[in-house]
Amino acid sequence: MNIRVADISTGSVGRIDIADVSISLGAGNDAFEAVSGLDVAIAPGELVCILGPSGCGKSTLLGALAGHLPITAGRLTVDGQTVQGPSPDRGMVFQQHTLFPWKRVRDNVAFGPKMRGLAKKERDRAADAILKLVGLSGFETFYPAQLSGGMQQRVEIARVLINQPRVLLMDEPFSALDAQTRGMMQEVLLDIWSKIPITTVFVTHDIDEALFLADRIVVMSARPGRVIEDIVLPFARPRSQELVTEPEFVRLKRHVMQLLRRPEGAEPLARLSPLGAPP
Amino acid sequence: MATAIQTRPAGVRWLVRGLSILACIALWQVASTTHANLGIVTFRNVPPPVEVVQSALTLLRSPKLAAHITSSLWRVFAGYGAAVVIGVILGFAIGRSRAASDLLLPPLELLRPIPAVAWIPLSILMFPSSELSMIYITFIGALFPIVLNTVHGVANVDRRLVASARSLGAGELAILAEVVLPDAAPSIVTGLAIGMGTSWFCLVTAEMISGQFGIGYYTWEAYTLQNYADIIVGMLIIGLLGMGSSWLLTTAGRLLMPWRSPKVAR
Repeated sequence: MNIRVADISTGSVGRIDIADVSISLGAGNDAFEAVSGLDVAIAPGELVCILGPSGCGKSTLLGALAGHLPITAGRLTVDGQTVQGPSPDRGMVFQQHTLFPWKRVRDNVAFGPKMRGLAKKERDRAADAILKLVGLSGFETFYPAQLSGGMQQRVEIARVLINQPRVLLMDEPFSALDAQTRGMMQEVLLDIWSKIPITTVFVTHDIDEALFLADRIVVMSARPGRVIEDIVLPFARPRSQELVTEPEFVRLKRHVMQLLRRPEGAEPLARLSPLGAPP
Repeated sequence: MATAIQTRPAGVRWLVRGLSILACIALWQVASTTHANLGIVTFRNVPPPVEVVQSALTLLRSPKLAAHITSSLWRVFAGYGAAVVIGVILGFAIGRSRAASDLLLPPLELLRPIPAVAWIPLSILMFPSSELSMIYITFIGALFPIVLNTVHGVANVDRRLVASARSLGAGELAILAEVVLPDAAPSIVTGLAIGMGTSWFCLVTAEMISGQFGIGYYTWEAYTLQNYADIIVGMLIIGLLGMGSSWLLTTAGRLLMPWRSPKVAR
């Protein structure tokens, strides 16, 4: 169980290959192509933000990576293994938390180890350790409903990281938070990621967020989603919020805004869920 | 102290509530002792509260009371208990599996509109003893609310939670136990509470028709023997038993679902 931490630090675990991937959603006459012919390769330990307008299929892609949605064409692999169904190897954090309301924070976090059959004492110890890492010591016996939105997302991240996944998938995890909390959570995420340098795919439509967090930004077009630009960010780490006022940051932001500008009069599309069309 | 209503102290409000009940009893006493006749309804044969209290005291002292109550409680326990087990299992199957839903729902939907009380003649014919037929009536009365509320809860489980659990490594059985059951629990408990009410209703009716002991039988016997005060004693006991069982249910629900009332959560 502990071997993987070493693997991650040597940068050999968590490679994602997205090769010519297309994904169709809906059934019958309502079917449409959400993602078309996508090619992206993500190196182990890389923090990649996928940026695109609402409804461009970036969450759909994430849902496919998590194994919740089947792809209709192409190849999707993590460390050479084809993605087939959900797995604790690919942890997913949703926009709205999916914590179990009936479980206390500690039991929520310990859910993955419990499913692996770990004894109560051991999994509680592991949960408390990872809760400390995300800064939630002292809240182990709270119910999710008693926590703020930011704290709920920290629990969500802890619950995924305790499984030591190969990749961390995040679907606009902070977009439901207020601006101040969002800024703080971005720093929390970078702090966690500096301690556990796991391959992270972070979907967002917030340009500032993508520029602040990522090693690399993949910009997608409107539906059907295609890659229109792949930008490697030059900013050093550790980063602080002052970064957003630096000239290079502002220049890149202007450039990305240009890329994402909607045609005159076009309405934004509805957001897609990483779980596909509603049943 | 923000609004005018809150400025009245709690003690006064309880006093008003108590007086309201006393006033009703006083009205009843007056109406029955004067044999008030209001045209469509008459109090000529209604015993006054004082007489009812006397009858209640006599019943309390006699061993008959325990026999009536235990046989009623046993029937509810057996019939309602069977409805809980079968209803929740059926509800899970119908709510989780399309095949089970296609197979089981049509006959249930056909039987559902028939009031449980309408089953009484047939159930007397179907079962070897009147005891079993009464238990059956209690069962059928509770079954449908429990099945339907369980189906509702199970079918509307948050699919994001299910997806999340699957992502975290949960298998099908773990998803049922760790996600579907607790997520559907509030709805199931609602079904249990409604079922408890209909269960008592059906039992009392069944006992009036075919019972030998039981609180419904006692009430009906009081009518045929013209012990009119005992009718009201029977009614009050039925009310108390119903109240007690629904209190048990809501308390159990609160204890089993502490996350629903976060004040006691820690």
